[in-house]
Amino acid sequence: MTHDAGFWVLQALNALQLSMLLFLLSVGLTVIFGLMHFVNLAHGALYALGAYVAASVAGAWGGFWVGLIVAPIAVAAMGVVLYGGLIRRMRRSGPMAQVLVTFGLIFALLDLTRIIWGDVALASDVPALLEGQVRLLGVDYPAYRLFVIGLGLAVLAVLAFVLGRTQIGAMIRAGVDNDAMAACLGIDVERLFFVVFCVGCALAGLAGAVAAPLLSVTPDMGLQILIPVLIVIVIGGLGSLKGAIAGALIYGVVQTFGAVLAPQLSSVLIYALLALVLVTRPTGLFPAKG
Amino acid sequence: MLDLLDVRSGYGETQVLHGLSLAARPGRVLAVLGRNGAGKSTTLKTIMGLLPCRGGEIRLDGVPIAKRPFDVARDGIAYVPETRDIFPSLTVRENLELAARRFAAKGAGSWTLERVLELFPRLGERMDNGGTQLSGGEQQMLAIARALLMNPRLLILDEPTEGLAPIIVKLIHDKLQELKRAGLTMVVVEQNFGFATSLADDVAVVSKGQVVWTGSASEIRADVEAQHRWLGV
Ligand SMILES: Nc1ncnc2c1ncn2[C@@H]1O[C@H](COP(=O)(O)OP(=O)(O)OP(=O)(O)O)[C@@H](O)[C@H]1O
Ligand SMILES: [Mg+2]
Repeated sequence: MTHDAGFWVLQALNALQLSMLLFLLSVGLTVIFGLMHFVNLAHGALYALGAYVAASVAGAWGGFWVGLIVAPIAVAAMGVVLYGGLIRRMRRSGPMAQVLVTFGLIFALLDLTRIIWGDVALASDVPALLEGQVRLLGVDYPAYRLFVIGLGLAVLAVLAFVLGRTQIGAMIRAGVDNDAMAACLGIDVERLFFVVFCVGCALAGLAGAVAAPLLSVTPDMGLQILIPVLIVIVIGGLGSLKGAIAGALIYGVVQTFGAVLAPQLSSVLIYALLALVLVTRPTGLFPAKG
Repeated sequence: MLDLLDVRSGYGETQVLHGLSLAARPGRVLAVLGRNGAGKSTTLKTIMGLLPCRGGEIRLDGVPIAKRPFDVARDGIAYVPETRDIFPSLTVRENLELAARRFAAKGAGSWTLERVLELFPRLGERMDNGGTQLSGGEQQMLAIARALLMNPRLLILDEPTEGLAPIIVKLIHDKLQELKRAGLTMVVVEQNFGFATSLADDVAVVSKGQVVWTGSASEIRADVEAQHRWLGV
C-alpha cells in the first residue's frame, strides 16, 4: 500500500489536519508564554470546554455553525474570569507556583465539565454542508477534515498578518522581546497580555469546537491534548508563531506517518524527536528570543 | 524638574541605593558619574519604575512619580538603557513607530519620524533592517531616536558612549549638544569624564549608592582632588 500515491496523499492530509488542530491550541499558549513567561497548563482544559460548549449548542440550538461561533466567545469569557480571579494575581509568583495552580485548574475545570455535562462522551455531528467526501489529488477525503485544514490555514494567515504587519503586532513582538523596555516606551504590557490571553483562550475554544465532530467529547480530552501541545511548543520554540506552526507540522507528520508506517514505534517516535531537538537546539527550532 | 530624595532601592534582598538624593533642573543637563558598580544604572531603573523605590521619594515636577514604567513613560520621561534594548524582532522602522504612534507629535518643535531621521540620517538608510543587524553606534542612534519620538520632557541616558568608536562618540556628543541647545532636559550617566563634563551643566557623583559630590561641570573639571577620590581619573 505504501507504493500507492493515494496512500501518501491521504496520510499527508491527515497529518495536516492534526497539525492544524494542534496549531490552534499551541499558538495561544506559546505567545502567552513568550509575552509574560506565564505557564498556563489549563489551556487544554479550555479546549475541552470549547468542545462541550460547541457540541451542546450544536445539539440544542443552532447547529454546528452557531456552536463554532459561540464556543470561542464562551471560552474567552472563561478566560476573562480566570484572568481576573487568578492569573493576574499570580503574575509575580514563580513558574513553579504557576505550574501547580494551573495544573490544579485543569482538574477544577474537568470537574466543572463533569458536573455540567455528566461523565459521558458527547457526540457531535459534522454539519450538513460538510458531509461526504471531496475528490482531491486522486483521493476521496472527508470534506469536514478539509475544512479543518482550511480553517487552520486561515487562522495562521490572519495571525501572521496581525503579528507581522500591524501596530498591535509590533507591540506584541516588542513585549515578547523585552517586556521591560516595551513598558518604558509607554506600552501597557499587562493589558496587552490580557488581550493576548483572551485571544489564546478563544482559539482554544475554536479548536475544541472543530475537534468536537472529529473526536468524542469527553471531560479528559483537555488532559490528553496537553502533552502533544507542550511537545509542539518545545519543538517549535517558545513565543513565536513560526515555532507553533513548525512544531505542529512536525508533530502531525511524525505522529500520522509513524502510526501507519511503524506502528510499534509510533508512541516513542515523537519523544525521540523531542529529545533530539532538545539536545541539538535546546530552545526549539524558532524561539522568539534568538 | 526631577528630584530624588533619600532614595533606597536594589535587587531582591540586596540594597544598592542607600539614601540617594539628586535633582535635575529644567533645561539643564545633569551628568551622573561614578565608578563601576556605584549604583548609577540602578538609579535610572528606579526612576523608570523598573525597580521599586523602597524608601525616600522621587518627584516629577513636585509630585510623586508614577510607579509603573509605562505611566512614567507617559508622564514624559524617555529612557535610553545601557544595553540600548533595541527590539530584535522589529525592524528599525517598527522600533521607531512603536514610540512615534503612541506619542504623536503635539505641536511645532515636537519630534516626528522625519525630524529624527534628519538628526540621524544613517538610520534612514537602515529603515527595513532588523533591529539587531545594526552596528553598536547605529543601535545607540536608534535608541536615542526612539526615545525622542516619545516627545519627552526629560531624557535619561545610561552610558550612551559605552563601547563606541571615538568618531561615533563625537557624533553622539554633537547630537546631544544639539538637543541641549533646543532646551531638552537630560540626565546622562557616564564613565567618559570628558564627554560628560563637556556636555553637562551639573554633575552628581555617586559612590556606594549615595551621592558624594555635587556641583557644576566646570567645578569638577577644576577639582582634581574630587576626580581622583571619586572617579579615579
Ligand atoms: N540584576 C541585578 N541583580 C543583583 N544585583 C545587581 C543587578 N544589577 C546590578 N547589581 C549590583 O548592583 C550594584 C550597582 O550596579 P549598577 O548597575 O547600578 O552600577 P553602575 O554604577 O551602573 O555600574 P557600571 O558603571 O558598571 O554600569 C552592583 O554592585 C551590581 O553588582
Ligand atoms: Mg551601569
